[in-house]
Amino acid sequence: MTPQAEFFVLAPVIPAREADLRRLLASMNEAPGRLKPDNGIIPFAQFDRLHVARLLIIDDKTVGDNQVYHVTPPKYPLYLGFLGDVDGDADTFLAELAARAPAGLRALFSCCEGFAAESDLGAWMKAHGAPSSASYVNWRGRTVRRIREEAALHDALQSHIEGSASELLRMPPAGVHAKLRELVNRDVAAGRLTLSPEEPTPFGWRLRNLLHLVGVPLILLLLSPLLLVAAIVFAFRLRQLEKTDPELCQRHDPMLGAELALIEDHDVSNQFSAMGSLKPGFVRLWTTRFVLLAIDYAARHVYTRGRLARVRTIHFARWTFLDGTKRILFASNYDGSLESYMDDFINRVGFGLNVVFSNGIGYPRARWLILDGCDDERKFKEYLRRHQMPTQVWYKAYPGLTAADLERHVRIREGLESASLTERDARDWVALL
Amino acid sequence: MTASPIDYADVQGLVRFGYKRMTEASYVLARVKDAAAARSWLGSAPVTNAATRDSPPPTALQVAFTSLGLDTFGVPAAVLAAFSPDFLGGMTEASRSRRLGDIGSNAPEHWEWGGGAATVPHLLVMFFAEPGQLAGFMQRTTGPAWDAGFETVRRLNTADLDGVEPFGFADGISQPVIDWNDTRTRSKDRGNDYSNLTAVGEFLLGYRNEYGKYTDRPLLDADTRSADLPIAEDAPEKKDLGRNGSYLVMRQLRQDVRGFWQFAYRAAGGDLAQAEALAAAFVGRTRDGVPLVPIADHPIEGIGPDPEEVRQNRFTFDDDPTGVRCPFGAHVRRANPRNADYPGRPTGLARLFAALGFGSKGFRDDLISSVRFHRILRRGREYGPSISTHDALLAAPADDPERGLHFICLNANIARQFEFLQNAWMINTKFSALTGESDPLLGTREPRPGCPVTDAFVLQNDGRVRTQVSALPQFVTVRGGAYFFLPGLRALSYIAKAHG
Repeated sequence: MTPQAEFFVLAPVIPAREADLRRLLASMNEAPGRLKPDNGIIPFAQFDRLHVARLLIIDDKTVGDNQVYHVTPPKYPLYLGFLGDVDGDADTFLAELAARAPAGLRALFSCCEGFAAESDLGAWMKAHGAPSSASYVNWRGRTVRRIREEAALHDALQSHIEGSASELLRMPPAGVHAKLRELVNRDVAAGRLTLSPEEPTPFGWRLRNLLHLVGVPLILLLLSPLLLVAAIVFAFRLRQLEKTDPELCQRHDPMLGAELALIEDHDVSNQFSAMGSLKPGFVRLWTTRFVLLAIDYAARHVYTRGRLARVRTIHFARWTFLDGTKRILFASNYDGSLESYMDDFINRVGFGLNVVFSNGIGYPRARWLILDGCDDERKFKEYLRRHQMPTQVWYKAYPGLTAADLERHVRIREGLESASLTERDARDWVALL
Repeated sequence: MTASPIDYADVQGLVRFGYKRMTEASYVLARVKDAAAARSWLGSAPVTNAATRDSPPPTALQVAFTSLGLDTFGVPAAVLAAFSPDFLGGMTEASRSRRLGDIGSNAPEHWEWGGGAATVPHLLVMFFAEPGQLAGFMQRTTGPAWDAGFETVRRLNTADLDGVEPFGFADGISQPVIDWNDTRTRSKDRGNDYSNLTAVGEFLLGYRNEYGKYTDRPLLDADTRSADLPIAEDAPEKKDLGRNGSYLVMRQLRQDVRGFWQFAYRAAGGDLAQAEALAAAFVGRTRDGVPLVPIADHPIEGIGPDPEEVRQNRFTFDDDPTGVRCPFGAHVRRANPRNADYPGRPTGLARLFAALGFGSKGFRDDLISSVRFHRILRRGREYGPSISTHDALLAAPADDPERGLHFICLNANIARQFEFLQNAWMINTKFSALTGESDPLLGTREPRPGCPVTDAFVLQNDGRVRTQVSALPQFVTVRGGAYFFLPGLRALSYIAKAHG
């Protein structure tokens, strides 16, 4: 199994070069929201380990919200963010990127502080990495290569079914399975289809994953007497804060709404980038840290096959602290329109939203960290839109395919590779086709 | 907070009634020509409310406004800005068109009305009348003030096809039932089971919705101008311009009835009975409205006890998890998936377990959003002459009249209700993990990046490979449309006096 990794290159933009940078980013698209996959700056499509990637100018319009806590809004620079999710190791991917798209990357980063013509690209990107505090991968171990092979398998099966419909229609499920298996084996033998076996899982990763699996609960267990006391104090204080924290869910700027909508709904999937400041104080910061730790743990060890709790539409997502621990960037890749994404969240994992985002300034009032909050649908949707930022460039390696499609392909392939299925499994398998 | 009794006298009748007895109807899309005359007409227009009477009226008049119309009548910009963003943006914003499937031949640039600036109406005036009375009613109701105040963009006539839509299927069968007594928002169990009873606030502004909250509408400071408006339930110091009103979505949908039946006939290999069966699979009901899935053996809240209603509506798709009886992509399954908040209706600990994602993991579980947040009240009417299946199979004469539906729906949150339904369920090629097909009736068949084929229709077979119908033509084309605000009567009077 090849695990996925992420990268996030983050660098302040030289104010005088912002316009150049925006022009450069726009030149990578054929139209707003529609990337040229083989653009001259970063030809994303040539990197077959890359699932999704985005370039965005991090321009947080909600920094002023700090004023409600009588905190002078800090002056943050504009940042250029370059984020992606890849198969295998992220460092080697960045090195590959540096080797194959040096001119484009240099042109982009020359708009950033601290990048010089003689800078070593790979080292510079690594030095400007911003690690996430929590991240989610829809299906751990499913590589771009495998996704493409399985999509081709699905297409081949569809044409086989069309080609021998009358014959297959008379067959019981087990017969269909056997027949299609035979046809696919022939395709594979003839080189028309490739179904690569899974790569061995890197030993180092397995070890780290195991240590994480055991280590995190172990440390929590050891600290539990302390944590328990802390939890009581925290709960009391948190509840106090919840009652008084101001809500900032006013209507978002229609211009921002239009700008965001313009780049959405071109593919069956969309990107989402949002940024916000944490509520001030020790309690909120450590609550957030703890919650992100828990989410990261669950995403690494529990929700590894197609579902984040009940949500089945997220391909990749991550939370990253910026500027120390003052702000958080949330970036995700999801299926459907924003409206359905937000509904999915509110109705299925509202508690999960509240537990993280209610620590952000202005979030609709939550109760005991998990209740209420996003239940106020209108306020929540305004809150989200207000914090959302346009993603100037977005790439997804498999346009037209949703996470549900990818899961179906996995199930089809797994079924196909079993030499024989039970009657029931064969029925279920045939129903997937 | 206690529930407020509904003041039916302040609600336009269309919210409560379909006016079925009034078989004649005409929709006039108008623009203001002379503001003073327009205000004068509006101020005295006999708009019908939703109160019941001992002797039902033979006619009804309803009025709704686009945001442009409200602006033209002088509703202050700050008030206007508090309506929902989708209403203000309008149906034809480019990004919205993409989401609604108004692309290709559906694109607003091809519309007969509502697409270009000159044909965007300011208001929609709906006339309903019992047989033989429409012309007289319209004449009496319009008069000189109307003629001086308005110019007509389009007069949309309707046809009474006796409860059947142009393709020949029983129409308007499934409607949500409004929970006028507000029992739902107080119930802890809402969402456990599919219910046809839906919170008032899903249709009327100013009332609590399925979330127990309120949707976007302007709340005004109390002053002389707003004095007659109802008080805002959620902010008693404010006046509520939206209360007792609704957002009205109108779309003129041309139906290619000949194309529909000729395609079904061809796809069925020239067998008329098979063509009927295929058409029923497209719809999810037979032509007389009987669902393709069996009637549920348990009651469903908000359906029945009328036996006809039970026969047509007391069902969910729980008994057809594989789509064998009613295809996953059938129109009624897309339009109303009849699901609950959780698949399998877990309770207690099982529900907590399910909430954390440890419940059943069937391939199709949790793919479709809970339907109670996505209901609309349909109030549309057909247009054009009816045509028998037999005639529809013949080549069209040169003067073949246009047939279709003036689709009208009411909802309190256009983005979450109408637009969601249209985007995530109707035109979505990935609805319910399908691939390569959109709604068999409404779909556009336009390819999307990575989805070159969107014109198929899959029939799931019991224990056999699926059957696929390919190359469905586009049967429905959008010819016009706009978002309106259907105000309460006191709000209507505010609008008429908004200027100066």
